[in-house]
Amino acid sequence: MLSDNNSMASYRKGVDWLTLLLYVFLVAFGWANLYAANYNPEAGAQFSFNSEYFKQLIWIVISLACGGVIMLSDSKVFVVASWLVYVLSLLLLTVVLFAGKEVYGAKSWLVIGPVAFQPAEFTKIGTALVLSRLMSRYGFTFSLKSYFKLFAVILTPVVFILLQNDTGSALVYFVFLLAMFREGMSPHILIIGSLCVVVAIAALLLDAPPVLIFISAAGLVSMHLLMSRQQLVWGAPLSLGVGLFVGVALWAVMTFILDRPILEDYVILAGMGAATLTSLLLLIAHRLKGLGWLLAYVWIALALAFGTSYAFDNILGDHQRTRINVLFGIEDDPLGAGYNVNQSLIAIGSGGLTGKGYLGGTQTKLDFVPKQTTDFIFCTVGEEWGFFGSALLVTVYVVFFLRILSLAEKQHSVFSRVFGYCVAGVFFFHFSINVCMTIGLMPVIGIPLPFFSYGGSSLWGFSVMLFIFLKLDTDRNFLIR
Amino acid sequence: MFENRKLIVGGIMAILGFIVICRLLYVQVLTDQYREAADMNSRRKIVQYPSRGLIFDRNGKLLVSNQPVYDVVIVPKEVAPFDSLDFCQTVGIDMPTLRKLFADVRLQIRRRRASIHKPVTFMRQISDETYAALQEKLYRLKGFYAQRRTLRKYEYPVAANVLGYVGEAGDKFIEKNPYYAPGDYVGISGIESSFEKDLRGKKGVNYIMVDVLGRTKGELYEGQYDTAAISGRDLTLSLDIDLQSYGEKLMQGKTGSIVAIRPQTGEILAMVSAPTYDPSLLVGRARSQNFSTLSNDPNKPLFNRAIQAWYPPGSTFKTINALIGLEEGVITPATRYPCSHGYSIGSFHLGCHGHASPLDLRQSIQNSCNAYYCYAFREIIDAKKFGSVKVGLDRWKDHLVKFGLGYRLGIDIANENRGFVPNSAYYDKAKGKNWNSLGVISLSIGQGELLLTPIQMANVAATIANKGWFITPHVVHKISGGNIDTLYTNRRYTDIDTAAFTVVQDGMEAAVWGEWGGTARSAQVPGIRVCGKTGTAQNPHGKDHSIFMAFAPRENPKIAISVYVENAGFGATWAAPIAALMIEKYINGSVAPERKWKEDRILAMTTITAPKPPDAPKTDPDKPREAKPKANAKPAQDPTPEPAPPPAEPLKPAIPLPTPIPEPQTTETPTDAQ
Repeated sequence: MLSDNNSMASYRKGVDWLTLLLYVFLVAFGWANLYAANYNPEAGAQFSFNSEYFKQLIWIVISLACGGVIMLSDSKVFVVASWLVYVLSLLLLTVVLFAGKEVYGAKSWLVIGPVAFQPAEFTKIGTALVLSRLMSRYGFTFSLKSYFKLFAVILTPVVFILLQNDTGSALVYFVFLLAMFREGMSPHILIIGSLCVVVAIAALLLDAPPVLIFISAAGLVSMHLLMSRQQLVWGAPLSLGVGLFVGVALWAVMTFILDRPILEDYVILAGMGAATLTSLLLLIAHRLKGLGWLLAYVWIALALAFGTSYAFDNILGDHQRTRINVLFGIEDDPLGAGYNVNQSLIAIGSGGLTGKGYLGGTQTKLDFVPKQTTDFIFCTVGEEWGFFGSALLVTVYVVFFLRILSLAEKQHSVFSRVFGYCVAGVFFFHFSINVCMTIGLMPVIGIPLPFFSYGGSSLWGFSVMLFIFLKLDTDRNFLIR
Repeated sequence: MFENRKLIVGGIMAILGFIVICRLLYVQVLTDQYREAADMNSRRKIVQYPSRGLIFDRNGKLLVSNQPVYDVVIVPKEVAPFDSLDFCQTVGIDMPTLRKLFADVRLQIRRRRASIHKPVTFMRQISDETYAALQEKLYRLKGFYAQRRTLRKYEYPVAANVLGYVGEAGDKFIEKNPYYAPGDYVGISGIESSFEKDLRGKKGVNYIMVDVLGRTKGELYEGQYDTAAISGRDLTLSLDIDLQSYGEKLMQGKTGSIVAIRPQTGEILAMVSAPTYDPSLLVGRARSQNFSTLSNDPNKPLFNRAIQAWYPPGSTFKTINALIGLEEGVITPATRYPCSHGYSIGSFHLGCHGHASPLDLRQSIQNSCNAYYCYAFREIIDAKKFGSVKVGLDRWKDHLVKFGLGYRLGIDIANENRGFVPNSAYYDKAKGKNWNSLGVISLSIGQGELLLTPIQMANVAATIANKGWFITPHVVHKISGGNIDTLYTNRRYTDIDTAAFTVVQDGMEAAVWGEWGGTARSAQVPGIRVCGKTGTAQNPHGKDHSIFMAFAPRENPKIAISVYVENAGFGATWAAPIAALMIEKYINGSVAPERKWKEDRILAMTTITAPKPPDAPKTDPDKPREAKPKANAKPAQDPTPEPAPPPAEPLKPAIPLPTPIPEPQTTETPTDAQ
């Protein structure tokens, strides 16, 4: 008995102090910046019980209390309760849909007495738990059926949240693909996803011919990778030669014989088309593998190239179009749609190398930056702590994510590992979308910066996720199922 | 299984972190654009506008002051529903106008010229009284504010060409002059422009911090960089506003110029450019409309003829040729030349009017003999000592330059013209290398290529009055708290001997007072020794210009004057009596009642409006100035002998000119003497 206890004790790990330390640092630094964003240079240092920073202090205390409770609980609870949490949070989402309060155009708040919170923050936990449960089943493989289940679990809350008109929060759910990828999901899904983004952006920014050239180039490169892998060494030179010949011939005929000068775009396109066709024929003739995927790429890319422009012109609303246009610099509109980002950039840029000092920011103090305690809290960091401070914060975040990933890899049970990836992914997604938005690398998508943005629900949501993982981590040597 | 994929996931996160840090490096360290934008955002310079300097005349009469007006400004976001009818009544507009004003603001916002958070000008320049009424209601008009500005206020409707005007600084101007900001006023012409730096004062500045809505959030830097506004300096002009007003009155309906100078000091007593305009027209809301009306006026009221118009000096120039001839020793006061109704040599003939012959130098000025100056001028430039006519002409030109001709005098009003004095290089180009003195003979009588501005001619009169020197003419003679440029206190000497001036003065006095043959007797002012010289300049634009140049009194001269009346006829007919009235007005303080008729005659004459000016005057060129009973005139003749129907056309001035060259139609004509 005793020895068993001893062995249990040596088996059971304590809480991971580094992660906890990083968490405490982020929360404390976040609160300090929240205080700064609310600081009124005229009124001086005053402590008001009705202020955001005081409320946030309460939320922090509650979060830590939740963390304590979680640490005292049993890891198995989370496996058992995963579906329950998921379904309950979906129910809350449904309630919000009918009885929610609308803020900034998104009907995502549930108000119960004096407390208002966003159920979407908790749905993430449920979804992560269910995904971990599904993928940790014995004998789990990425069969069509599993795909169907997994995507159903992910897309159900997405639909609910989209119905609330909260696009930003809905996008977060796609980050679970990262965890699925780690568990063996076909990389093609991730690659196609990235390709979609690249082609969609290209289609918005460029005219059709360059986009087509880009797609053909990508197709050609991948075909040649396929061929060289499968010992068809002469395939690449042959198809390139054919492409070159067709292009030059077309150009020569049009220019010298028909005397009708032709756009270089079309020459290149014709050459690439010929090269692609040759490669395809070669691949078919030699029955090489991967042809299906390749065709899928090309078709998806083509559909996207034309579909994006179509959707952009015909489906998106005016304000969405403007936002995208401003982001890509197609429209310069600092007082209109670009106002938020412009002011945010000004605040961050004015911080310089070392910043204006704590509580010394002017742009944020004087309310130039909108939503400066929630979506744009990073501006305060940038303005008051300068490049040193903000780069340090970014580094801390990245270290924090990587630490969670490395802990996840140490887990004995697949459940804990998948959950770890989900946690890191959600934090990462929030962080990158939020920060990239404030520095003008992404369109304005209103999602909070983990541990920084003012708001109880998001802080609780993030903290609970982290503490569940830390709890699971203490049992990393056990098989939890 | 799939363990290496942790590297991919971790790699994505690390790479994104790296991208973010690179972007931060650019935004925060490598570019300044956001830092500057931040200053613009939150640091507001509240400019304290100084009041522009006042302008007084030589007798301390206030000419130009400032009047407050108010711009109505709105912060669109703050504007709440208000009693628009009451507002309209208070500021005196109707509902459609109000709607249009709001539509304008909306348009500005849509074009991103204005922000809904920041003040935008709603109505410009409402008067003091309207503002007083509006102010009481302002507390009910949310989002409405009033902003004080000052405009110029003119106490007299005259001297617009001297004072110039003030307008908002344009974009290009601001680019070159960073002191100014959009909406600032700047002097654009006249002394408002040339004394801009004195008049404008110094803007003061208060630095404050504002928030996103432009609300004040306290002083910046504890106010240590704040400065108070310093008022502009007051200017005292040399103008005598009464004389100026009188001159403009005399010139009404005519085109031309009067410039009067105090010879000893170079102070400009009056500078009339006709037609002119009321300077108040270019103030306030009506400014832009009035400005375009004025600038489209074919008579060019905005053109300051006194310093910008170029005219041939005509016979007035004979005085200078006489001086140069004496200085060069080619003639003496006793030199006589014959005149047989002109100057003939070979087939060349330059006409003159009938007078006794031969004449000496004094008489040649008195009678304005063309032939005399043909001889004298050729003697000058063909003089043996010069070797060639080119050297001679250039020597002659050098003398003129000493009189301030051919170059800008450097008066203190911007945009002065330099006139034109030809030199030998000019004729080499214009006439080929082989021109001779006969080819440029019109210069002898002030015609040909020679061009003077009215101010230059008045300055010549002042120089003769001073017997050989002048002080650069100027209108500003005192700057409160500042100094006048030494240019306007130092004498500039000609290279002509004083004695020569005495002779020319004799001639000019005789022209006015001479018993017979005086061409300028219409310039007589009883009791004042007026010395003058008439001129009648041919020009391609119609009738001859009527010109007169004079100074008075001969001893201790107080005033030197030039009068130009375009297309009016003989110098003696119009310019000389105008000069006489001006001289009398200035020296005696008023025009004697017995010469009121003279004034009325001038006032009645117009060259501008009437399609054809009544030619009446021409007939009796030199009205009898009966004041002097002794005067030869035949007063009888003038009692309005010519009523409505134009009188017998006076024959074209006695002289038909057969010759080529710019014909010097001499002019001084038929006074009764002939």
